[in-house]
Amino acid sequence: MTKFMLLMNMDGGNCDVPMLEWDKADMDAHLKHLSDGLERLRQSGELVEVNGLTWPKHAKVVRANGVSAPVLTDGPYAESKEVLAGYTMIDVESEERALEIAAEQSAAPGPGGVPLEQPIEVRRVMDSDGDLEDY
Amino acid sequence: MATSKTTDEHFEDLLRELTPQVLGAVVRWSGDFAAAEDAVQEALLAAATTWPRDGRPDNPKAWLIQTASRRFIDEVRQQQARRRREERAALREVPLGEVEEYDDTLRLLFLCCHPELTPASAIALTLRAVGGLTTAEIATAYLVPEATMAQRISRAKSKLKGASFELSADPDRLRNVLHVLYLMFNEGYTSTSGPELHRSDLSSEAIRLTRAVRAQLPEDGQVTGLLALMLLTDARRAARTGPRGELIPLAEQDRSLWNHDYITEGVALAVEAFDTPPLGEYQLQAAIAALHDEVDRAEETDWPQILALYGLLENLSGNPMVKLNRAIAAAMVDGPDAGLKLLEPLDAELAGHHRLDATRGHLYEMRGDRETAAEHFRAAARATTSLPERDYLMGKAASLS
Repeated sequence: MTKFMLLMNMDGGNCDVPMLEWDKADMDAHLKHLSDGLERLRQSGELVEVNGLTWPKHAKVVRANGVSAPVLTDGPYAESKEVLAGYTMIDVESEERALEIAAEQSAAPGPGGVPLEQPIEVRRVMDSDGDLEDY
Repeated sequence: MATSKTTDEHFEDLLRELTPQVLGAVVRWSGDFAAAEDAVQEALLAAATTWPRDGRPDNPKAWLIQTASRRFIDEVRQQQARRRREERAALREVPLGEVEEYDDTLRLLFLCCHPELTPASAIALTLRAVGGLTTAEIATAYLVPEATMAQRISRAKSKLKGASFELSADPDRLRNVLHVLYLMFNEGYTSTSGPELHRSDLSSEAIRLTRAVRAQLPEDGQVTGLLALMLLTDARRAARTGPRGELIPLAEQDRSLWNHDYITEGVALAVEAFDTPPLGEYQLQAAIAALHDEVDRAEETDWPQILALYGLLENLSGNPMVKLNRAIAAAMVDGPDAGLKLLEPLDAELAGHHRLDATRGHLYEMRGDRETAAEHFRAAARATTSLPERDYLMGKAASLS
């Protein structure tokens, strides 16, 4: 089994606008698609953890400053192309399976039931196996 | 270090040993894995409360089987929907007193390592049902939430509903059991996570279960070979990582840290297995491990013999890792150029695999071509998915450039 993190990215420029303007039915359908998918992962024993993140307006960026206190800025900025909306940690048989789950998430419907096709980034988690060949 | 055991520990050891046998007996008799497991859990609870009070029964195993069988029947009786089964179950003889001596632990192991299950499910179910680990312990070993592991185990169980609880004479079934045990061992052995994770328990568990299989099938060379391989590999555990969890390759390990009891036992088993045809992969791998383990200094390693054994292994298995190891052995016998030549055909099979670059790094280092070696180590570091391995490879690259 291998762990992967699925990163759900939203278009940064639209973060504050679109979802709030959706019909309730569209919103419900969108959330139902995602929560049904998560329930299937729970049932199959593949779900490790899932969290949605607060909107970018709550984000702070910290940079160490060797001279004084760390520098704190707001961000990411509205013009950022992609903003992380949430993540799912899964533990699956293969990368193929991880891609399949990501594709399902990406197909979540948007306004009018049209699939949103948000990009889902699939990242393999580093493991602790030191599989050094014992020659 | 031997310590005297308390009565409690003896009690726990006894239950740990008896549990799979009792579960096996109840599954065989009832044909219902999940319900049998519940009944056995209740019998164990009953034992934990009554034995310390009333003393241990003369035949603890029979007592547990009988208690679990009664619980099973009670459970069946409470389920109206299963009335017909109740009649069948109640009519059946509950085994009393002496249980037949063919080992139900082994049957249970065959069931848990059913080819229908993925290796990951088979390992989890085996640890739970045969090894007696709690779901929480297994979840910790795999770094997943307990609920996730519980779900996996219960799915594995329901997949086995109706599977035959017979010791299959089919050699493929035994091979599958041994493969699951081998993977279980490896998961424990290759993990360099902290001791608090008890990953190494997986290796101990795999060794314990393989011993149980061998007790039943002492004439089987594959089984003996696998047990030898596990002991000879596990013997090096304490030396393969340094104080910060960093990996230490075989040639650089402090051999005084090796477990010499395991080596003595493992070498004897490897010799025995090697003389038990047909010769399979486990026997050959155990023989190679024995050649590494039985010398006090890496320089004394009998590389010509290891090279010959990898040649035999390559004839048996198409595994590219075997070819890779043969290239290393060839380099040790005939020099790095011979090894590099043998690696060439692997470019297609192992394209981009970190192990191929890591091996080339070692061979170029042997040649004294430090710059090319460092390049390969860096490429390997980028390609590996393992944290300790990445650190090792970066360290190698840094030391050469």
